[in-house]
Amino acid sequence: MSEAEEAVIRAHHDEWARVVAALTRRFGDLDIAEEAAAEAFATAVERWRADGVPPNPGAWLTTTANRKAIDRIRRESRRDDKHREARMTYDDLPEPVGAIDDDRLRLIFTCCHPALAVEARVALTLRMVGGLTVPEIARAFLVRATTMEQRITRAKAKIKAARIPYRMPSADDLPARVSGVLAVLFLVYNEGYLASGPGTDPVRHDLTTEAIRLTRLIRALLPQDGEVAGLLALMLLTEARRTARVSANGELVPLDEQDRGAWDAELIAEGHRLVRERLAAAAAGVAPGRYQILAAINAVHTSARDIRDTDWSQILALYDRLVRLDPSPIIALNRAIAVAELDGPEVALAIVDRLAEVLACYHAYHATRADLLRRLGRSRQSHAAYDRAIDLAGNTGETAYLTRRRDQLR
Amino acid sequence: MRYLVSVIDDRSDPDSTDRRPAISAFNERLIAEGHWVFAGGLADTDAATVVDNRGEQPVFSDGPFVESKEYLAGVWVWEAPDLDVALKLAAEASKICHRKIEVRPFL
Repeated sequence: MSEAEEAVIRAHHDEWARVVAALTRRFGDLDIAEEAAAEAFATAVERWRADGVPPNPGAWLTTTANRKAIDRIRRESRRDDKHREARMTYDDLPEPVGAIDDDRLRLIFTCCHPALAVEARVALTLRMVGGLTVPEIARAFLVRATTMEQRITRAKAKIKAARIPYRMPSADDLPARVSGVLAVLFLVYNEGYLASGPGTDPVRHDLTTEAIRLTRLIRALLPQDGEVAGLLALMLLTEARRTARVSANGELVPLDEQDRGAWDAELIAEGHRLVRERLAAAAAGVAPGRYQILAAINAVHTSARDIRDTDWSQILALYDRLVRLDPSPIIALNRAIAVAELDGPEVALAIVDRLAEVLACYHAYHATRADLLRRLGRSRQSHAAYDRAIDLAGNTGETAYLTRRRDQLR
Repeated sequence: MRYLVSVIDDRSDPDSTDRRPAISAFNERLIAEGHWVFAGGLADTDAATVVDNRGEQPVFSDGPFVESKEYLAGVWVWEAPDLDVALKLAAEASKICHRKIEVRPFL
């Protein structure tokens, strides 16, 4: 790869969101911003090869993209004056005091606006903030590129027609809006972590990496937010186990069978640092949110050099806190796994069985039950539960693992 | 920017509270803050008549243009700088009317 090509890739990684955000602010139109940014990067590929890499690639790209946008607006205003009128200019309201003034943050809040459908938020965030191409996003979510293109186009049209603003949410709305953004990023991460669909890789590294990169960006922009730190820590501690989580033949390896030496020590150290930072805040009286508690649970797991060293009572205590915050049956299911380690599989099974109705279609419910039944020596029932889990599991690695466990039953 | 704000009812929640005083107070506020353009409650859908004069001569038919469980109980037209402002007001309106609210921009 030539020096110019490398520089363009690096600039795309570092500057894409900044260029799109600056253009959106100036021209008040996501469509123009996206297209002009894409053209500027395409121009960079040619020009940097011929003329060398400019001393400040970010500034070069913003200037070039600005010029492209102005060209397009001139073309269109000649063709259609009404189009220009329809374009929005935002930010006529004063900024909330104390909010960080960064266009990228506005861009993220616009892309993750609650008035957009969740799939649209995900797609728009990956395109506008992440800089992924439409075919890349389409592949990641197993839909056709034209379908994904329509989804993004429709979302942009709604932003324009309904006038979804391009600005920082007010201080009152900020916590709810940040949690909306984190939900989008967590969704992207989880889709990468437990990719669904037959014939897909069990782990989609591209999506997990992108989710972490975007969460790091939010962390840099909102360094005081505990849940942002919590989500980043949670992703890092999960990502650290990525390679140990899938065997050479593509089968998922559960936590208790993983080669802990293969965990990424650097990611774990970074995740632990974030968790410690949040523990200090909690000690000072700031109540942790769900991502922070989930991160803390993962910190306990990743602190044990051997599965037998796992501090299950601490994990259970954290789950108890989490249940109070989020009474979802999935949390209750995961809590039962910790209960099994402390009080035995029989106690845990009683808890799990109470979730039968709500989690009947959730593969992990049946997988957890199958494992508890196996430990209790109730092979026939365990076999049936594995069957159900295998039917429902969408992840190829998980299916392979569950099938092996079922076939090992006596 | 103007938004059509529709109050959606489905008769599922027979509730005898008189919401008119609260709605009046909310309307006063909309006027004072410069959001109010128009508001009106609607008669029952049974009172609706559909007119179709796309053919040779007008055809009148009884009832709403679409039969559904949910129907339009009233509308507002609001002036708001952007969707966030409109959604915030709509959240209040939903509470006050105890109905779902649809916010839709005018072209």
